[in-house]
Amino acid sequence: MKILVPVKRVIDYNVKVRVKSDQSGVDLANVKMSMNPFDEIAVEEAVRLKEAGTAEEIVAVSIGPEKAQDQLRQALAMGADRAILIKTEETVEPLAVAKLLKKVVEEESPELVILGKQAIDDDSNQTGQMLAALLGWAQGTFASKVNLADGKIDVTREIDGGLQTVSLKLPAIVTTDLRLNEPRYASLPNIMKAKKKPLDVKEIGDYGVDVAPRLETLKVTEPPKREAGVKVESVAELVDKLKNEAGVL
Amino acid sequence: MTEPLSFDVTRLPSPHLNDSHEAWRQTVRAFVDREISPHVNEWDEAGAFPRELHKKAAAAGLIGLGFPEEYGGISDGVDVFHSLIAAEELARAGSGGLVAGLMTHGIGLPPIIALGSEELKQRIAPAVLAGDKLIALCVTEPSGGSDVANLKTKAVKKNGGYIVNGEKTFITSGRRADYLTVAVRTGSGGAGGLSFLLIEADRPGITRTPLKKMGWWMSDTASIHFDDVAVPAENLIGQENAGFAGIVANFNMERLSMAAQAVAFARVCIEDAAAWARDRQTFGKPLAKHQVIRHKFAEMTRMTNATQSYLDHCAWRVMKGESPVAELSLLKVQATRTMEFCAREAMQILGGAGFMRGCRVERIYREVRVMAIGGGSEEIMNDLAARQMGL
Ligand SMILES: Cc1cc2nc3c(=O)[nH]c(=O)nc-3n(C[C@H](O)[C@H](O)[C@H](O)COP(=O)(O)OP(=O)(O)OC[C@H]3O[C@@H](n4cnc5c(N)ncnc54)[C@H](O)[C@@H]3O)c2cc1C
Repeated sequence: MKILVPVKRVIDYNVKVRVKSDQSGVDLANVKMSMNPFDEIAVEEAVRLKEAGTAEEIVAVSIGPEKAQDQLRQALAMGADRAILIKTEETVEPLAVAKLLKKVVEEESPELVILGKQAIDDDSNQTGQMLAALLGWAQGTFASKVNLADGKIDVTREIDGGLQTVSLKLPAIVTTDLRLNEPRYASLPNIMKAKKKPLDVKEIGDYGVDVAPRLETLKVTEPPKREAGVKVESVAELVDKLKNEAGVL
Repeated sequence: MTEPLSFDVTRLPSPHLNDSHEAWRQTVRAFVDREISPHVNEWDEAGAFPRELHKKAAAAGLIGLGFPEEYGGISDGVDVFHSLIAAEELARAGSGGLVAGLMTHGIGLPPIIALGSEELKQRIAPAVLAGDKLIALCVTEPSGGSDVANLKTKAVKKNGGYIVNGEKTFITSGRRADYLTVAVRTGSGGAGGLSFLLIEADRPGITRTPLKKMGWWMSDTASIHFDDVAVPAENLIGQENAGFAGIVANFNMERLSMAAQAVAFARVCIEDAAAWARDRQTFGKPLAKHQVIRHKFAEMTRMTNATQSYLDHCAWRVMKGESPVAELSLLKVQATRTMEFCAREAMQILGGAGFMRGCRVERIYREVRVMAIGGGSEEIMNDLAARQMGL
């Protein structure tokens, strides 16, 4: 079985994001970029399936700038077999990403696509679902556990009320939640080996997909600064404030 | 917009680093962020870190790094800079005790790799590099650490093996270690009478006593007493009375690595002090807007920049196969002076808050002295360098 794992280059989760002074977006100049953490979980899950003998090949794919090769190399160092970069310097919205991934799926014929449930930069949480719809495949989103056997995959999903397990026929789409696994570190020998694994670089134009953005960003602003808390002198004052200022009592 | 002063901003770009170094940095950083940083305060207060960390570090490739592949190490495509990145990123957690304790094999194992028999290497190295067994280096004695050539612990030949008597002290991982790489006197006085023995720590006659310290709390430091300890002949590391070479085997990497840690600790001090200075208001404006404080940052950065460049230079020469003893000695002094200066200035900037336990700067301040004394003291380093100046 072949598994396709899309990975996205995003601003590192440790970076304190700063909004550009013209409010057109966040400042990415000289900012540390990393693989989207949910995608690391996706790669890890694919590698575990391969180690368990369930999968034979893992293909990582990224749609993004030239530098997204770093994230693909990381996926290769974690255990993916080869990688595809669909190169673009533009922002690509979830629908366009899903359309491009559909093309890749048609070329590669994987039986399983494992994606992060969302990317931590725009938090869209759409790509996996859109890809499933475009392909007409079953989907198991927010996976906290997957079990693959006998041509079907059981996905335990984290939903508001608790856990739900869905059984999907292959081929299928799975999106990962935080608790699915703890991704491994790319060890140094594997970093070295990853340099020799194939990484195909394609142009976004090669796919004949309309990737024009549907959304227009009007402005990006900092979240409002949290006001400092107040100290109250007595319980009576606290109750008074809860009643008359916060209106929660 | 210029980027705010931070650990990363204070790292000068180096011509010696390529993609594999940067990828490796990401791995070590992820490891430190996940497995170490959240726990350092707790571990330091508890005076220990979990032993399992060695296994985890081995799995991430930290323990095997730089050791030969045939003994379970990672050496293909690895150069000095991969090791220095590991030292630097581990130091970012702000605990020298963690680095010393986790990486003790970095001084305990090289004498065996450099001098040991094939049988000894196969017997010891793989388990150590897998993180299953711990190894400590025992050179320093109560009677002195700098004057290594005159150490007194005796190993006397008996029944085809050795009987060891004496005492070692200030030994890192001394109580945890499964194996001890022990410098002993087998011959006459001076460097020509020294040998190294591999001594299993559970041999009868060994007692180990913990030592309380000013810093490096989470690192296990001990005195080790040897009372008629019988050691088989096959545990001799290399040739009898040629043990001084085993001590020398550690010099280059130990000094480079301590220098890399020291600069990284200095950069941690800058990062934490800068974050504080931007935030803290005094006399109606942020600390960082007072000229006296701003100049401290300029001075600290000047020091770390100079030291990092010197470190890169020395590492590059070691990578080429040179052994620039005088430069490495001066580098170590330069690096620990830089750490000392930055720890001091950062503490001043933090004010009373820096004196409170539980922050990186406070811990680093307490760890300055061991960095400037252990692994070759400032005085000894300067003396070694001066001797080669044709004065
Ligand atoms: C926390 C910690 C961990 C350690 N871990 C280990 C370990 O794992 N294994 C190990 O073997 N050792 C270890 N050491 C010991 C360390 O290497 C020694 O402390 C160091 O070599 C100095 O030796 P000493 O303390 O005996 O000082 P001494 O040699 O007694 O020197 C005392 C002072 O005099 C100075 N001095 C000495 N000789 C001269 C001279 N000729 N001219 C001018 N000044 C001189 C020294 O610079 C120093 O300032 C550790 C030490 C510490 C503090």
